[in-house]
Amino acid sequence: MTRKGLQKADVEPERYELHAPPTILFETNRRDFFKFVGTGIFVACAATKAGAGLQESGGGRRSREDDLPKEIDAWLHLDESGEITVFTGKVEVGQNIRTSLSQAVAEELEVPLGSVRLVMGDTQLVPFDMGTFGSRTTPVMNLQLRRVSAAARDALIEIAAKEWKADPAKLKATDGKVVDTAAKKSATYSELVKGRQITQLLPAEDPLIPPGAWKVAGQPAAKVDARDFVTGKHRYPADQRLPEMMYGKVLRPPAFRATLTSVDTSEAEKMAGVVVVRDGDFVGVAAANSALAARAVAAIKAEWKSEAQPSDKELFEYLKKHVSAEGRGDNSRYVTGNVEQVFLTAEHKLQSAYNINYIAHAPLEPRAAVAQWKGDQVTVWTGTQRPFGVRGELAAAFHMPEDQVRVLMPDTGSAYGGKHTGDAALEAARLARAAKKPVKVLWTREEEFTWAYFRPAGVIEITSAANADGKVTAWEFHNYNSGTAGFRTYYDIANQKIEFHEVESPLRQGSYRGLAATANHFAREAHMDEIATSLKMDPVEFRIKNLKEERLRAVFAEGAKQFGWDKPRAANHGYGVGGGYEKLGYVATFVEVLLRPPTGDIKIQRVLTAFDCGAIVNPDGLRNQIIGANIMGLGGAIFEAIEFDNGKIVNAGFSKYRVPRFRDVPPLEAYLINRKDEPPVGAGEAPIVGLAPAIANAVFAVTGIRLRTLPMAPLLVSRGYQLA
Amino acid sequence: MATTLSLRVNGKGYEVRAEPDALLLWVLREQLDLTGTKYGCGEGQCGACTVLIDGRAHRSCMTPIATLAGKAIVTIEGLATEERLHPVQQAFLDEGAMQCAYCTPGMIMSAVSLLNNKPNPSEAEIVQGMQGNICRCGTHPRIVAAIRKASATGKEARR
Repeated sequence: MTRKGLQKADVEPERYELHAPPTILFETNRRDFFKFVGTGIFVACAATKAGAGLQESGGGRRSREDDLPKEIDAWLHLDESGEITVFTGKVEVGQNIRTSLSQAVAEELEVPLGSVRLVMGDTQLVPFDMGTFGSRTTPVMNLQLRRVSAAARDALIEIAAKEWKADPAKLKATDGKVVDTAAKKSATYSELVKGRQITQLLPAEDPLIPPGAWKVAGQPAAKVDARDFVTGKHRYPADQRLPEMMYGKVLRPPAFRATLTSVDTSEAEKMAGVVVVRDGDFVGVAAANSALAARAVAAIKAEWKSEAQPSDKELFEYLKKHVSAEGRGDNSRYVTGNVEQVFLTAEHKLQSAYNINYIAHAPLEPRAAVAQWKGDQVTVWTGTQRPFGVRGELAAAFHMPEDQVRVLMPDTGSAYGGKHTGDAALEAARLARAAKKPVKVLWTREEEFTWAYFRPAGVIEITSAANADGKVTAWEFHNYNSGTAGFRTYYDIANQKIEFHEVESPLRQGSYRGLAATANHFAREAHMDEIATSLKMDPVEFRIKNLKEERLRAVFAEGAKQFGWDKPRAANHGYGVGGGYEKLGYVATFVEVLLRPPTGDIKIQRVLTAFDCGAIVNPDGLRNQIIGANIMGLGGAIFEAIEFDNGKIVNAGFSKYRVPRFRDVPPLEAYLINRKDEPPVGAGEAPIVGLAPAIANAVFAVTGIRLRTLPMAPLLVSRGYQLA
Repeated sequence: MATTLSLRVNGKGYEVRAEPDALLLWVLREQLDLTGTKYGCGEGQCGACTVLIDGRAHRSCMTPIATLAGKAIVTIEGLATEERLHPVQQAFLDEGAMQCAYCTPGMIMSAVSLLNNKPNPSEAEIVQGMQGNICRCGTHPRIVAAIRKASATGKEARR
């Protein structure tokens, strides 16, 4: 497959929870804008189609001051005091983009990292942004901010050149100053902008500092506001507080798809200071504190009608039987060559099916929102990856225009793809409107485990053919429900048939770190191992033999070298590998397990993940993301699964749903391949995809058991093994 | 019935009015506006709500305030002294031992308790001591490293 082909495969059509993007795009109007900005330099970056897929109509790159395009996707302001404020719709959920984006600005603008302040995810102040997902922040927003920063820097040089009647080419920007070395002149940025009001759009082409010459970007940088987090000063959405604020709680149905038949709220209404809201099937309360709100909800007598629903015991048969559509257009099907023909005469033919259970994101901060109405305007502070999407949800829910809704996103207690929707925001806003006071809604852990959405379960069936030379000749791949992210194979196979089958999911499902790429990589990489075994080939050598893409070959080859793949293995030590290409990043994960024969205990001895995400912006943050993705991935690989029965989640709490803890964490190593010749891309998702197949393949090496279901522990336990 | 109780938090006395079975976590967050102590599960399983009571880690989401008369409660906001961070806070900073950092206050409080009890824990003892705290971002190795570092700093200080 060509490089271009790989890039094109980066589609994400299965965001079940996404509504259509807002149809109206409003901008801060010019007068408001200057009221807000005051004096100084303001640089805006017009959105391009490639820029983020945000808008269909490109604004062009005009640089006439009085003709601001409607679509701006980043802007920067440098005021008289020298303070630099950058506005972006991207949000911080622990992936540390507040830091890496600040590095990008500091680099191009030639200022210290500490002088850059980012305003993120405030729909009133920042340009429209679809949301923070798909590992798009680094490839798109990092680039945009470098461009606006470079433009600001060049504008400052222009000002100095005019003032000093010097040739701008002879001036340079450094450490917040413009310097004319020959004339021994220098002026700080704040001196240069004093009393001026300069607005400029991004010039058509402005060369950026190449990664090889980076001084601030490319260096390890600590979380910019880390001190606020170790002192408890930072206020997450759940910590927001407004004067007279009340605490809300919503009455939940006893099962999914249940409808309210009768409700008696009289007891709750008698409680002093309790506001009760009934609006269709929505019933909720607001009270002076959360304990009282909980008591009030408990006092409501409600009758619900629910219907019989499937359980996890029959999940995989259910998914196969309930195909609702044969995919959605071109994105769900890929065919080349003729697999059927090859299978007729294939030397080595294999067929396997893989199952993936539903899992929960379980972000440590549950959904939370504080809503406040002023007249017909509502402001909501909430933790969401899509502030503008939530603005749209609020506008739709309250039948009001979007310009009466403001959503702010304080840096949030993680999301992992699980906070795309505005559930708590809508609830808080509805309660606040009735209470005529601000209301906070903070979901309980049980609510988060039940009423959020899950990573889709799935069934994946693969049929393959290979020849005696170790080349895969045909590849047929059917994915039921999991999704299309990463479902195309990056192996060089002449005959392919790859299909996604949409299913009516028994549970609410949506995005998750890496989307379906984890499921698809698990099945693909486990199956590749099965082929390698049947051909008696080394799994790494077999993969490289079937790969053309140079960077993907490199992560497998260099990772294997770092891991010591070729070194002799002691008895009962098994190695496994899994990897691939996802969200523009190249990853290969290697796992060593040790089997202790009398007990059947299998211990993960070590994990190494080789990763190439282009030029590295912040190696420190990158390591956190790679190691973190592996630890999160351990849960879904080994023991996490949502248990459900008849419309109820059975294990809706940390006492019943096991997530990785300290004792579960093996020694983990991130091996970074820094490609300074390639543009930087995201890293939050891709490093999660290699782990599950690498573990499965390593366990096979010591037990001979093929693990084809995620999580893997139940089957191993049934065979007398324990995996930790 | 709501009663008035005295609580001593971060060296300060507070009169709070609440039901005797009211849980410390919500009193801290809603009445005293000390929101550094986080809600994560409400069943003592995740450690996000950890505070020190007389120097030992407790899950504030499971602690009725009626049990706290005369006890010294310390939350994350009360750990640093004036401009100086507690060595455990400093070690978390130095090691970059946080991502979304929502678990961080609970992690720090648990670590302080662990080191109060056992100033030189082995790696296994750190893992054992922190087993009740959940980090969903997967920052565990750095948290262990930070606790090891804080332990070493403490050793240095005691010398």
